Order: sequence, then C-alpha cells, then structure tokens
Amino acid sequence: MSYLVLVISALFVNNLVLVRFLGICPFLGVSKKLSTALGMSGAVLFVMGLASVVSWLVFHYLLKPFDLLFLQTLAFILIIAAMVQLVELALQKLSPTLHKTLGIFLPLITTNCAVLGVAMMNIQLEHSLLETLVFSVAGAGGFGLALILFSGIREVLDLADTPKVFRGTAIALVTAGILSLAFQGFSGLVKG
Amino acid sequence: MIIAVSVLAGLGLVAGFGLALAARFFAVETDPRQEKVLDALPGANCGGCGFAGCSDFAAAVVKGLAPPNGCPVGGMETTFKIAEIMGMSADASAHVAKMALVLCQGTDDVAPVKFLYNGSATCASAAQLAGGQKLCSYGCLGFGDCQRACPFGAIEITEGGVARVIRQRCTGCGNCVEACPKNLIRLVPVTARVHILCSNKDKGAAARKACQVACIACRKCQKVAGEEHIEMDGFLARIKYDDPPSDPALAGECPTGAIRAISLDGSPIPIPATKEDAAASASGGGE
Repeated sequence: MSYLVLVISALFVNNLVLVRFLGICPFLGVSKKLSTALGMSGAVLFVMGLASVVSWLVFHYLLKPFDLLFLQTLAFILIIAAMVQLVELALQKLSPTLHKTLGIFLPLITTNCAVLGVAMMNIQLEHSLLETLVFSVAGAGGFGLALILFSGIREVLDLADTPKVFRGTAIALVTAGILSLAFQGFSGLVKG
Repeated sequence: MIIAVSVLAGLGLVAGFGLALAARFFAVETDPRQEKVLDALPGANCGGCGFAGCSDFAAAVVKGLAPPNGCPVGGMETTFKIAEIMGMSADASAHVAKMALVLCQGTDDVAPVKFLYNGSATCASAAQLAGGQKLCSYGCLGFGDCQRACPFGAIEITEGGVARVIRQRCTGCGNCVEACPKNLIRLVPVTARVHILCSNKDKGAAARKACQVACIACRKCQKVAGEEHIEMDGFLARIKYDDPPSDPALAGECPTGAIRAISLDGSPIPIPATKEDAAASASGGGE
C-alpha cells in the first residue's frame, strides 16, 4: 500500500517538473514534438532508475561509513555521468534503433537536474533500496507524464491563433505555468 | 581529507574502469571504411540520395546497398573518392551531373491571376484552392515551398513571383522537386543547352490566354530539332533529356518564347549568366 502511495505521490502530487520544478530545461527544450518527448521520457526513466539505485548504494555503503556526507553532490554527479555513458554504450550495442531515436537526448540527461534531484531526495526522505527504485521509476514516470502532456499541448498550440507577442516560448511558458497550477490541485491527495 | 580524496578518486577510478570494460564489452564493430566514406561526403544531410542523411548513405555504401555515385550533391569528385575507399573503379560516364530547373516563366506581367489569394502563404495550400491563384493552372505559384525545401539556399523567388534556381548553388539533391505541388521542377542534365520552360498541357489557345510565354503546341521546335529530341506530352512539348537537342539556336524558333537556351554548367552560350540578365529574360524579354 505504501508503495502505491509513493507512486501516486511521485507521479502527480510531487511531480518532479510541475510541482518541484526540476528538469525544466528538457521540459521546455524537447517538448516541441510528441515523438521526441516520448524518446526523452524513456531515456530519463532508464537513467533515473539506474542512477538512483547506484547512488543510494554508494551513499549508504561508501559515504556514510567513512563519514563523507559532504561529498554527496559530487559523488552523485560522477555516478550519473558514468551511468549515462554506460547506458549509451549498452544501447548502441543492444538496440541501435533506440540509440538512434534518442540521439542527442541521451548524453543530455547528464545535465538533467531531475536525475540528481531524485537521487538526493531518496537520501533526504530516507528511502529503503526498494523504495528508492520505486520512487525513482515513478518520478521518471512523472517527468515523462509532464513532458508528454506538455508536448501534446504545444503541438496543438502551434496551430492555434496566438497573439503575436505570445508566440513561441512566451506562450509555452504561460502554458507550463497553468499546467503546473493544475498539478498543484493534487496536493493533499497524499501526504509527504 | 585524505579519505575524502581517496574515496572520490576511487569512485572515479571504478567508474572509469567500469566504462572502459563496458566499452570493450559493448563494442560495436563498424566497418572502418564507413567513417572514411562519411568524411568524403559533403555532409549536407539533404537526403538527395534517398537515405536519411550522409551517415546512413555511408553505411549503405559500405554494405553494398548504394552505389558510390549515389550522392547527387558531391558530384564526380566525391564519387571517385568513395570508389577509391571501396576499392572499386568508378565509371565516370555513369555520373551525369544534374541540376534543378523550374519549368515555368509565368511571371506576374505575362501570366494573369484569376482571383486574389489571401490564404496561408505556401504553394501547397494555394494549390488546393481551385488550383492556385494563377489563371494558368500549371504555373508557379511563387510562395516559395521549393525555396524553403532547399537546404543550400539555391532557389529564389524573382520579383515576378516565379521560382528560379541559382545555378551556382544548386547541387541537384532534388528536395525542391518533391516540394513543388505543381511538379514544375525537374532535375535536368547540366549538359543540356535548350530547355522548354513551360508545363502547361492545355490546348494552344487556352495556354496562350493563361500565359504569354506558354507552349502552344505548334510543334515548330519538334519539326526543327526532330522527334528524337523533343516529344509531345498532351499539348506540351518536352525536351527528351536522355538525348537533348544540342543547338541553342532552337530557342529562337519558339513563337512564344517558352524555349530558352540556358547553360547550367556555366559554359558560355548566348544566355543570361548574371542575375540581372536572368531576371530580365525570365520576365518575358528575348523575342
């Protein structure tokens, strides 16, 4: 039951992008087309799940015993960067098609602060290893949900008769704000 | 302090070794020639070869799925380079350089409009509304779909509202051919000297009414040049580009001025070589 709560919390109530405001750059950058948004979401899901688990392990079995908690950020960034490289290498071999589809988005995940954010949150919220995995995957799902919803809206928005001053990024930012406002409505559904 | 440094260094080392191992484990064996072929290509990623970009084409060449002369942009030089990398002998004669040509010269002053089109400024949408705003339902609409499709900036819309290929920039990739809803653009061999710049298939009187420089199917050019060089497509004379007529003087025979002597490869013939001349001749002079 608590895992279900965790999933709903990560997906809707504490949505990474729309409520916690993490990973805004890819949220605005790759949301122009639904297909690229789907690719980016998939890649983030993969990296976030893997990186969070590894950083949890590193934190609890390396940093904590040596009393090196101040190295947390540095170590996590190192892990995420290495993970992204690993995923890219593996994908190139195992699924060239997917590798080609994701293209530049794969290395770009290194700089996605949502990935680092989730890894840090897992530590702050004192999740167990299994909770970490569930929370990270659900968090990535929330990121994907926001990205896909937003790209769907932007595709329609492109065809809409927008006032000239609002065209392009301006209306996208306004829309993102309204979408975020809508997601605030979920708060209170789950505590924490 | 020392522990912190060593832990971080250790972490970095482990990650480094892990990645090095992974790189070996997940190594993808690519044909080394693929890289070389890619280097030899122009890198325009225009898709003129029929593959999704230069790297796709390079992969296809190495696998033997594409011929070394498959790149329409690179021309002979690229063909020879690729053939050398692949250890093949390139057949020079197989490569005929081609260039895009807009088969219409119906500028505003010679081709009247039938209504004022006020919609979205693309040829594709104008063409859907009763065939476009021009009285000639075959003519260039002048909204520049081909111009936007050209990755080399080789097409301009002249003041008369007709697309024109800037031959110095055209690479013959053929993207504009696809973009034109009126199918006005053809890839023609650069060695051809005479071109019929009209696509109107209507009967003579109707064609003339729609545009002063239209082909009226008088067949004079066919009689002069011979049927092996010019064919009739409905009421429209077309150059047979497999065996084009060689004498530029044929252009003078056309009573409407639909036929033009044009040098696409820049070799001298009495033809507009500069932009001003070309614009002047495109707007209906030269009788």
